[in-house]
Amino acid sequence: MQDVVLAMLAKEPAHGYELRRRLRDALGPLGDDMNAGQIYVTLNRLAKAGLVTSERADGLPDRPDRRVYALTPDGQQRVAGWLSEVSWPKPDLTDFHLKLVAAAAARLADPVALVDAQRREVLRRLREAARAALDRSVDPVAGLLLEGVVLRLRADLEWLEACERVWSAKR
Amino acid sequence: MTMVRARGLSMEYGEYTGLVRAVDRVDLDIGAGQTVAIMGPSGCGKSTLLQLLGGLQRPTSGEVWLAGRRIDALSERALAKIRQNEVGFVFQAFHLMDELTAVENVETPALLAGRSPRAARHRAGELLDRVGLSDRAHHQPWQLSGGQRQRVAIARALVNEPRVVLADEPTGNLDSAATLEVLRLFDELRQAGQTLVVVTHDARIAAVADRLIAMRDGMFADDSVLV
Repeated sequence: MQDVVLAMLAKEPAHGYELRRRLRDALGPLGDDMNAGQIYVTLNRLAKAGLVTSERADGLPDRPDRRVYALTPDGQQRVAGWLSEVSWPKPDLTDFHLKLVAAAAARLADPVALVDAQRREVLRRLREAARAALDRSVDPVAGLLLEGVVLRLRADLEWLEACERVWSAKR
Repeated sequence: MTMVRARGLSMEYGEYTGLVRAVDRVDLDIGAGQTVAIMGPSGCGKSTLLQLLGGLQRPTSGEVWLAGRRIDALSERALAKIRQNEVGFVFQAFHLMDELTAVENVETPALLAGRSPRAARHRAGELLDRVGLSDRAHHQPWQLSGGQRQRVAIARALVNEPRVVLADEPTGNLDSAATLEVLRLFDELRQAGQTLVVVTHDARIAAVADRLIAMRDGMFADDSVLV
């Protein structure tokens, strides 16, 4: 979140509510449950870390928040570093894999039944994301995020199918 | 009202030790207006099941009923008529006729069913409009994208106002944008109350289904109605 907010300030200084609106637009349907205060918490932390500065600005009278935030040179450097970074979130399958192994070893539960229950849950999430993507009003860029979520969940389903095959054969 | 019913439906290939039960004593009731996704890995028997339900193949044993009428034991001629008038098929490979334009492809089953050329053309035009392809009516399949061809195929499946639409991997050959268009179309059909059965391993179909059936080794492993 911090890096994202910094990067959004790279173009020009902005109000907190402006940043929030841009974030929501970029997230599409997935941005609906974004916490309103989150952007300000983040901005405060960035200010304390010396990555942004802010000053009061004469703005719109109906906006309580009239601070305009801008990147400091340190902030600019961090944005550059963030953009060149290639870290990638790892899908964490270890936990579920070990759950199956442990359940089977101790005869706590039928691994195939665990896979089934997990498959239903993944399918439920996939259905939700795929339904959101049907809405024609979703902007194509925001739609990419939904597509990514759907593709990942499809990969999870394929993996669960493989789990089911192997564990069924061991029964 | 039950639109599609199967009782003890089985399809076997081979014999003795080589015997394979592609569909293994399946019981199924699909209500009018239901959208059902039958999912499972390739080889689980889902395509065979769809062909049995649509009268494209005859079962080794068991019964198939369509709108209260038993169809598995009908004469070949009577069955052909059912396939033409009461069932709409959508396939992964579209199966459009290359020599015909989009509107001609769509109207052909209506002409075969005995509608006047004028009525058939009118109906085909309406359906192409419904699938968003009015401006492609006089294009031939090779001039259309994969997604457009599948939408023409869906329009064709609807031309005789079938009781049920049966789709076999309808998004199997499509990229994600085209898949989205087909899903939107299925969602509209669902809202219009069309009974729809889709067999697929594309879990995105779940987005438009109100019932999910998981199939393994010719049998149903899971059957859940969604809210």
